[in-house]
Amino acid sequence: MKKRYTISVFTEDMVGLLNRVTIVFTRRKINIESIAASDSEVQNIHRYTIVINETEDLVKKVTLQLDKQVEVIKAVYHLDEEIIYQEIALFKVPTNILMQGGEAEHIVRSHHARVLSVESEFTVIEKTGHKEETQHLFDELAPYGILEFVRSGRVAITKPMRTLTSIVNELENTYK
Amino acid sequence: MDALKKVQQPQVSTQKTMSGAQAVVQSLIKEGVDLIFGYPGGAIMPVYDALYDVEDELKHILVRHEQGATHAAQGYARASGKVGVCIATSGPGATNLITGIADAQIDSTPMVCITGQVASGLLGSDAFQETDVIGISMPVTKWNYQVTRAEEIPDALAKAFYIARSGKPGPVLVDITKDAQFGSLTFNYNPFKGMRSYVPRPRVDLSKVKAAAALINNAKRPLVLFGQGIILSEAESEFQTFIEKAELPSAWTIMGLSALDTDHYLNVGMLGMHGNYAPNKLTNECDVLIAIGMRFDDRITGDLSRYATQAKVIHLEIDPAEVDKNVKTDVAILGDAKESLLALTEWIKPNNHRVWLDEFRKLEFEEYEEVIKEELNPSVDELSMGEVIRSINDQTAGDAIIVTDVGQHQMVTCRYAQFKNSTKSMITSGGLGTMGFCLPAAIGAKIAKPQKQVIGIIGDGGFQMTLQELGTIFQTKTPVKIVVLNNEFLGMVRQWQELFFEKRYASTTMVNPDFQQIVSGYGIETRKVTERKDLNDAVSKMLVHDGAFFLEVRVAKENNVFPMVPTGASVSEIRLK
Repeated sequence: MKKRYTISVFTEDMVGLLNRVTIVFTRRKINIESIAASDSEVQNIHRYTIVINETEDLVKKVTLQLDKQVEVIKAVYHLDEEIIYQEIALFKVPTNILMQGGEAEHIVRSHHARVLSVESEFTVIEKTGHKEETQHLFDELAPYGILEFVRSGRVAITKPMRTLTSIVNELENTYK
Repeated sequence: MDALKKVQQPQVSTQKTMSGAQAVVQSLIKEGVDLIFGYPGGAIMPVYDALYDVEDELKHILVRHEQGATHAAQGYARASGKVGVCIATSGPGATNLITGIADAQIDSTPMVCITGQVASGLLGSDAFQETDVIGISMPVTKWNYQVTRAEEIPDALAKAFYIARSGKPGPVLVDITKDAQFGSLTFNYNPFKGMRSYVPRPRVDLSKVKAAAALINNAKRPLVLFGQGIILSEAESEFQTFIEKAELPSAWTIMGLSALDTDHYLNVGMLGMHGNYAPNKLTNECDVLIAIGMRFDDRITGDLSRYATQAKVIHLEIDPAEVDKNVKTDVAILGDAKESLLALTEWIKPNNHRVWLDEFRKLEFEEYEEVIKEELNPSVDELSMGEVIRSINDQTAGDAIIVTDVGQHQMVTCRYAQFKNSTKSMITSGGLGTMGFCLPAAIGAKIAKPQKQVIGIIGDGGFQMTLQELGTIFQTKTPVKIVVLNNEFLGMVRQWQELFFEKRYASTTMVNPDFQQIVSGYGIETRKVTERKDLNDAVSKMLVHDGAFFLEVRVAKENNVFPMVPTGASVSEIRLK
């Protein structure tokens, strides 16, 4: 059965490595739902957070093939319940729909969204949450006219207490 | 006084200022490379200029096409166990390497490819002969890297060699911009010692070894499948000790062929689509399947859902990504085959499986009567591919390196070629199935093992894919033997058209030129055989001839290779006709 899996890939800092990572998905024609790249808590180790919707059997194979890449330090996969995750969405809406008072402003407040910037023509609203939540806000604001919308890739923190530092220490002792 | 002087002298430094191009050459020498294959061009010219100064230490074999350089490097690597090295220019030079790189990737062949690249300032500008070879080669290399500064060269190449030869070997590509080749650096070579993100050899887990041994000790009908992993880890004798201790029938993939003598009493033959009858049939009757250094390719397994479902599966494998990829295992022992086998042999009990072995013999006899007898000793006038291989077997006593191309002749050669005390002697394009592989690979193998008889066996189709490498043979005087089994067809495709496409022979008829005339033009001794009575004599002439030799044998036009596991069928549905 297909489920949503979050794959975390910890890598050395190297030009082109992201390409090597995405090739593993492209080869099997797996659509990447979202991808985010950032630093990790360990200096010089980067992490990619990749979300796909596939069977566990396939996710496992893909994760091993990611792990196999020379400069990938570790690749792991988790179900939604095994991680704490978040996405951020930005909405650009006409300022006048908020100025008119009432409904639009109420929607923004009820979603606990934040106003980032108010210009005479447009206002930028930020909403942090799961995709369903940012999508819900999108759906409610849509009738008032959304000028621009963007949602980030998922970022996720894993619940298990095994640290990257301990994984790295273990690898430092075994590679030789 | 003199003694004092010596003490006071500063330590002689091995550091030396040189150009990037010279550093490339010196790095290769430091890695123990004494021979490379390549083709010059604009963006790699500084390296070629540096090669000119070290011709005695580092020989360069000029091929006739960059694809030839890769296959020659593969043949060299497979025959010697060393890293094959090839070198090419940017753009088309680099793209021509890709087929060979992909072949080396899927067949785990250690290879380092060095390509020239346009100057770093021109990168991304669609400059003359610029191509993004890093991007193009990424899916088919174990690792690749672009060097844009001269100082990076020694470390990049040290890392490249380490990655190519360690763990599960594979091809790496280092792309070096022209300004990096021209730039200067202080040369200081440090062999690469490893990195935390890459564990080449997983440590053998003793608990898995014990679990596997328990399965083997209780097995009534065990079957071993072995692949190239045995050869790559040089575990041939450990493997033999292992199978002999518990009397385990052992079948091979074409990549594992020659690791165990073909006449060894536990060698039960070839696996896969055109493999032997017994090991395919009995894969679905064994109780414990022990796979060693092989990866359950679809040509081996047939329909996976009906593959050895009755058996407990043990997999000895160096690459964690191969475990459970195609066939679900009960016990996986991760690690180098030699280490794993040594540990496992200790824990298994001496045993015998005579009754079970007899089942193989019975099916072998059936296959002999139905297929092999006629293939090796045809009752018709037309020559068969099998009888050519038989003649070679008879006259080499299993002590030759056999290189093949891809197609019917490849399957026939793998089925019938004999090997005795002669590992690393079957060089074939297994995973990728690259037509055109043989001729350059045979050149590389012969250069690696000049004292060994090297015989390339090719079809008339594949021969014409890299025929230009006859020029390399001519120039280097490499005494390789070439046997073209000419049936004037793309035989394997024709066989499929006959069996599965209602004999609609779309574009499989080959109207061939006079090969004798062409090969003679390259100054190579030739012989053509059209009748059986001339075969043994021609093979003998070829083998004793002091130099390269080309033997063309006209074989039956429409023979089929059997047995066969049709696509989508289960291995036990293997057909004898």
